[in-house]
Amino acid sequence: MIDCQGLTKQYGHLRAVDDLTFRVQPGEVLGFLGPNGAGKTTTMRIVAGFLPATDGRVTVCGFDVDAQATEAKRRIGYLPEGAPCYPEMTPRTFLEFIAAAREVAPQKRKARLDEVFQQLHLEKVLDQTIDTLSKGYKRRVGLAQAIVHDPEVLILDEPTDGLDPNQKHEVRELIGRMAKSKIIVISTHLLEEVEAVCNRAIIIAHGKILADDTPQGLAGRVPSRRLDEVFRSITGGAAA
Amino acid sequence: MNGVITVMKRELASYFATPIAYVFIAIFLILAGAFTFYIGNFYERGQADLTSFFTFHPWLFLFLVPALSMRLWAEERKSGSIELLMTLPIEPWQAVLGKFLAAWLFTGIAIALTFPIWITVNYLGQPDNGVIFAAYVGSFLMAGGFLAVGSCISATTKNQVIAFILSVVTCFLLLLAGFDLVLNFFSGWTPQALLDAIASLSFLTHFTNISKGVIDLRDIVYFALLIGVCLYANTIVLHLKKAD
Repeated sequence: MIDCQGLTKQYGHLRAVDDLTFRVQPGEVLGFLGPNGAGKTTTMRIVAGFLPATDGRVTVCGFDVDAQATEAKRRIGYLPEGAPCYPEMTPRTFLEFIAAAREVAPQKRKARLDEVFQQLHLEKVLDQTIDTLSKGYKRRVGLAQAIVHDPEVLILDEPTDGLDPNQKHEVRELIGRMAKSKIIVISTHLLEEVEAVCNRAIIIAHGKILADDTPQGLAGRVPSRRLDEVFRSITGGAAA
Repeated sequence: MNGVITVMKRELASYFATPIAYVFIAIFLILAGAFTFYIGNFYERGQADLTSFFTFHPWLFLFLVPALSMRLWAEERKSGSIELLMTLPIEPWQAVLGKFLAAWLFTGIAIALTFPIWITVNYLGQPDNGVIFAAYVGSFLMAGGFLAVGSCISATTKNQVIAFILSVVTCFLLLLAGFDLVLNFFSGWTPQALLDAIASLSFLTHFTNISKGVIDLRDIVYFALLIGVCLYANTIVLHLKKAD
């Protein structure tokens, strides 16, 4: 379970995240929705243990992400914004490094890596340096490193950004397959993505939760049942 | 310890995956040789020792080692890969130590590749190989000191050029801490005890001691402490600045 209580992040005068409280249970695929600068990435960074919170508390599978950081990080797979990696490495050497750092047992490593390469269709580019890969491949390498240790919790910051429609579809299928047993949090500003993969959506703007519902529940709030209209009415109101 | 080794292996492999390793080693060997023979007058001195070789190590390291250390953290911060590294189940100190050890091991390889000159001097005469061995140890320790300073400075900025310049200046001051250039600045307004303390920080004094063939515990402790303090500071800086 992810348990966020009163999460707040202050940057100077800017309150990027303002007293967020929510829980995510196994089997839930939570979509974080919000305009740019709403605090999605900051929240994910805090939950993944990269940023310390100014106030509030986050536990992942019962471990405090600040006080028991390493234990919490073991249970998380994280795709940071922009899918950073080491460009001079090849997908193979990079993922071998991640598997070692993520403590995948050495005797299981090869089989697990082969499985991940296949799931993300990386076989063709395994020995090419990452800086020569297309944006879509880079994103998939980033996804591969997030799932290589089969974590209980997946935090994916814009997992389908830069992918073409077919690749988007495949990544959504992959998320769907993993969803049953895991806790998955994705951020996106693609509403169709929320409808396709999420069974819960939180809309945030200015660091505050404006809505927390199922995608269907959200859609039911307007007569047209269109998520983009809901999104506009909720976040437009917050901006004004 | 696994985290340290995993980070170290990745880092070391990345030196050899880019031209950094080859450029660094080639330039180091060429300059070390050129200084020894042309400026150090290796042949003309007519002595079977490597004094003219080791004398130039501090000055070579002054420019080459910061070129190696500048990217250690600045590059991770610039490219964003630090977010990946810091969300792996690895303690920050393990990442700091792993990266430092990779860079140190790499300079060790560069230093070890100067072995032909050791063979040469043995071919030409009967040098005191104990002294030469001690000087190699001293050179390696000094490289570690430079690297630890550079690694800590690299964590303070996203800009590798700034990291390089600040590291060169800091290492230059540390190198000459025992000399008038630095001491004159402090003398007159600081107590003698502090002056002595500053003077005792000098890289050059400690390196010269060891390279005379006397591996004194105090010199070893000096370099070990320097490396320890810098890496500790590096971990703290990293914690404070990683997300900026």
